Amino acid sequence: MKTILTEQQISLTIQRLAHQIIEHHLDLKETVIIGLQPRGIYVSDKIVEELTKNLPGRTILYGKVDITFYRDDIRRELHVPNKTEINFSIENKNVILVDDVLYTGRTIRAALDALLGFGRPAKVELCVLIDRRFSRQLPIQPDYTGKVIDALITQKVKVQWKEKGEITGVIITE
Amino acid sequence: MKLSTPHLLGIKDLLPQDIRLILDTAKQFKEVLQRPIKKVPSLRDVTIVNLFFENSTRTRISFELAERRLSADVLNFTTSASSVSKGETMLDTVNNILSMKVDMVVLRHSASGAPHFLAKHISSAIVNAGDGTNEHPTQALLDAYSIEEATGSLQGKKIAIVGDIMHSRVALSNIHLLTKMGAEVTVAGPPTLIPKFLTEAFGVNVTYNLKEALQWCDVANVLRIQLERQNQPLFSSLREYNIAYGISRKLLDSLQKDIIIMHPGPINRGVELDSDVANGHESIILQQVENGVAVRMAVLYLLAGQ
Repeated sequence: MKTILTEQQISLTIQRLAHQIIEHHLDLKETVIIGLQPRGIYVSDKIVEELTKNLPGRTILYGKVDITFYRDDIRRELHVPNKTEINFSIENKNVILVDDVLYTGRTIRAALDALLGFGRPAKVELCVLIDRRFSRQLPIQPDYTGKVIDALITQKVKVQWKEKGEITGVIITE
Repeated sequence: MKLSTPHLLGIKDLLPQDIRLILDTAKQFKEVLQRPIKKVPSLRDVTIVNLFFENSTRTRISFELAERRLSADVLNFTTSASSVSKGETMLDTVNNILSMKVDMVVLRHSASGAPHFLAKHISSAIVNAGDGTNEHPTQALLDAYSIEEATGSLQGKKIAIVGDIMHSRVALSNIHLLTKMGAEVTVAGPPTLIPKFLTEAFGVNVTYNLKEALQWCDVANVLRIQLERQNQPLFSSLREYNIAYGISRKLLDSLQKDIIIMHPGPINRGVELDSDVANGHESIILQQVENGVAVRMAVLYLLAGQ
């Protein structure tokens, strides 16, 4: 087991990601944040917290999406769905999808499908804490990246959170 | 996570964790049904045939809607418009349909045990949509979902099942489900419509006094008098049944407590339920119908993934 990011580094990285989002979208008037269930929401919760700190008085439209029903592997493995919570229309909005680890790109493909159920966004961007490059199976790339890593297919990359009873940090296991 | 069974033949075969999994999955599908676009692509490569050897409005439409909202390909079959009327057996009919590459069968039949018979002969997943006087598992699941939605949980809840228990597959499925999930059940109705030894077999309370059952319960699930399954008179008249076992506004008001009224439909208005009760604020009958689609989506989704 190897630690790639510590709790302090994650916190700094998230501050940077939030600032990059503000740099591109200024006051976030036409922009919404959508976290991916189940693990991406820990990143999106923190990004939204950071955005709120930097834009006092502005309510940020924030939702969570579960992609279970949009997966392409239902015949191989059955997943238990989590809650989807998008209480606003994303019609003509800039959507920033947030996940913890970008790996094959299949989850993001499913998330793009899922978003269409809530309107036609003007633009969709992707923000991830960890980008496992060279392991993509679909042509999907992030717009905001916390850290790029090279890991073997046999290795597992996991982002842990103390909110889940774990030690906050990003680890690689064999 | 998966169900412990490849088919849904009855609640009898389910474990409490299967029931929990179906109800939790249904909750997420109910959220899907509130979206502007109420459709997900989960079963886009699955073909489902709805085999209805017995009439149905709610169940057939509810299943079909659930299948379409999951993006499955749907075939509808009714006996009157098929070769069954030329004498083809059920097994031949099903095997012919399955040879055209159909993945799942939803079966409604007037003979108890028809889906169990089919399960012995075919490998596709089977969902029982009501078999004779045996079981109607998806109805019990949607009833349970509606009770949880209205009261928070099934554990320790007091449920009265009122009316024609003898001929009701809804009653049997509900008794299995509620007792497995830790609810208390009392059945109430005329002695001629309640089978003997229910207490010994299922651990439910039996009473012939409607008011006593209503006074005791949190939720009353009122069943339809199934005249089509009764080949001998079991009570003197519908009017007399209404006087003794029909739920009226006056009776509800005399309880001095709030109970929830459910009915699986179709309602015989003025027989088991008076109109102002069926339409009243205690009634969650239309919510049951709405929840039916979400619950059936959950069942089909979980069985397709096996």
